Amino acid sequence: MCEVSEDYREPAPVGPPPPRPGREQKCVKCKEGLPVVVIRAGDAFCRDCFKAFYVHKFRAVLGKNRLIFPGEKVLLAWSGGPSSSSMLWQVLEGLSQDSAKRLRFVPGVVYTDEGAACGQSPEDREKTLAEAKLVLQTLGFPWHIVALEEVFSLLPSVLRCSAREPVGTEGAYKAAVDSFLRQQHALGEDKQSQPCPQHPQGRAGPPTASQTEALSRLFNSVKTLTAKEELLQTLRTHLILHVARTHGYSKVMTGDSCTRLVVKLMTSLALGRGAFLAWDTGFSDERHGDVVVVRPMREHTLKEVAFYNRLFAVPSVFTPAVDTKAPEKASIHRLMEAFILRLQAQFPSTVSTVYRTSEKLVKAPRDGCAAGPPSPRCLLCMCVLDVDTADSATAFGAQTSSQLPQTQPSVAEAEAPTVSCCCTGMGRAQQCCRMEEDDPRARVIEQLCYGCRVNMKDLPSLDLLPPYILAEAQLRSQRAEAEQEIQECLLEAHEDGARPGAS
Amino acid sequence: MAAPLSVQVEFGGGAELLFDGVKKHQVTLPGQEEPWDIRNLLVWIKKNLLKERPELFIQGDSVRPGILVLINDADWELLGELDYQLQDQDSILFISTLHGG
Repeated sequence: MCEVSEDYREPAPVGPPPPRPGREQKCVKCKEGLPVVVIRAGDAFCRDCFKAFYVHKFRAVLGKNRLIFPGEKVLLAWSGGPSSSSMLWQVLEGLSQDSAKRLRFVPGVVYTDEGAACGQSPEDREKTLAEAKLVLQTLGFPWHIVALEEVFSLLPSVLRCSAREPVGTEGAYKAAVDSFLRQQHALGEDKQSQPCPQHPQGRAGPPTASQTEALSRLFNSVKTLTAKEELLQTLRTHLILHVARTHGYSKVMTGDSCTRLVVKLMTSLALGRGAFLAWDTGFSDERHGDVVVVRPMREHTLKEVAFYNRLFAVPSVFTPAVDTKAPEKASIHRLMEAFILRLQAQFPSTVSTVYRTSEKLVKAPRDGCAAGPPSPRCLLCMCVLDVDTADSATAFGAQTSSQLPQTQPSVAEAEAPTVSCCCTGMGRAQQCCRMEEDDPRARVIEQLCYGCRVNMKDLPSLDLLPPYILAEAQLRSQRAEAEQEIQECLLEAHEDGARPGAS
Repeated sequence: MAAPLSVQVEFGGGAELLFDGVKKHQVTLPGQEEPWDIRNLLVWIKKNLLKERPELFIQGDSVRPGILVLINDADWELLGELDYQLQDQDSILFISTLHGG
């Protein structure tokens, strides 16, 4: 358009659009079968080649990343939707194959009932749960059904990141596989490798009415659909983490498909979570320490998933979400989804281009040093805090602009001293540091990353949050204050000691 | 002059919510001047089957991006998309891949 350097010749003639694959064509892979589905931009596959392609992709993603060790307990997070249902089915089929190609981990399934957050009636919830149970029972894995209301009985420890086990090296993985195979051989494999149909964990019992009401109140108080979606995701993550830790699962597999991850990437950018893209959309997410979240479906587009499920009868249970039937501009998520899908319709390489870009995202420790005290983490999303200290220009700008419309000035960030009122740093001239005890909201806000802070703006009252969040926030700020006091004592002692004759 | 056609129209992935929750519809399309193709079928669906929120299903003269169309369990891209001529006893399936349906 504005390329001054190039000389303009006649615009290149726009050739005829690439020929649409028609039924007369044959499958591009085997060259014989009748094509049933078009993948990517114009590759027509027949039914069998499509199945081989689909299954191979799933196994390749798992195999190339080598994170799941044989015999490991893996929790499959099932939402009822097509991608996670497909993932479940792939695992089921993968476990029952002949020994050379068999998947070697021990799966369990968790289904979260989010009906209360979405405004479903109790009857509809029961109906959906009954359908879900039917599917779970045919799988043969241990399954757990948890209602979202159970976040109200979680403990603050779920927000703490446990010590990280060092990731095995390539050699360690291979050694683990070899020793597992030797073990199998010695024990006689038939019964050993079959997932024992354990007593299904089921559910603890339907949530109490007061819990359901508390959850509805929480979600109804959120002002925007965007914040509601983010809150729902956060609570769901905590709940699944809790289930995984309770039952000894070291990995959680989620069914995020390529299309969804692309939308998630763009949405995260819009929500201010750009610092955490690699964790939010990558194959593995180790932010919780002991439990690693893995996304094996990340190379499958939703079209491939939908076709596979239809052609090979994979059962799924449709559950309405918070944004069901919402108009296009109702939330950032919806808007971004519409944008990407519309672009994809005209430029079929959109999704794959964004996806390839996301693959290049690297997780680097923030200060470039792995040693030293662990950096503080966001209270809700548990990523390393990306908000700088009080002197940072960006932090100042973000805080000030968010405070201007408010009548009550919020507390200064991070280490506000408890005794004297000091306005350190050039940017602080307008604000006066207050004691933190006056403002519990500020105490929580300052422990959040930028993206989570933006979300919390749409939640007028933090009291409706489940108690474990507020308890952990209090604990952390008390600890920070205690550390601050100790620091100050040490400084004073040091100064006293340095001056001769001081008592 | 097209003879009346009997086709099965099915909805999945949450799209059925716009059709009173009914997934399968056996419909008889009346005889009319122009032959029945997917384009006309969509207009017919909008007028006769769609119970609410047409903008969540139809955009312009095609389906909303994110809704897949399968004709007799095959991708409609292989069959000409909107220009495919319907035949008697065809089965058309609309699957929504949008979040929340």
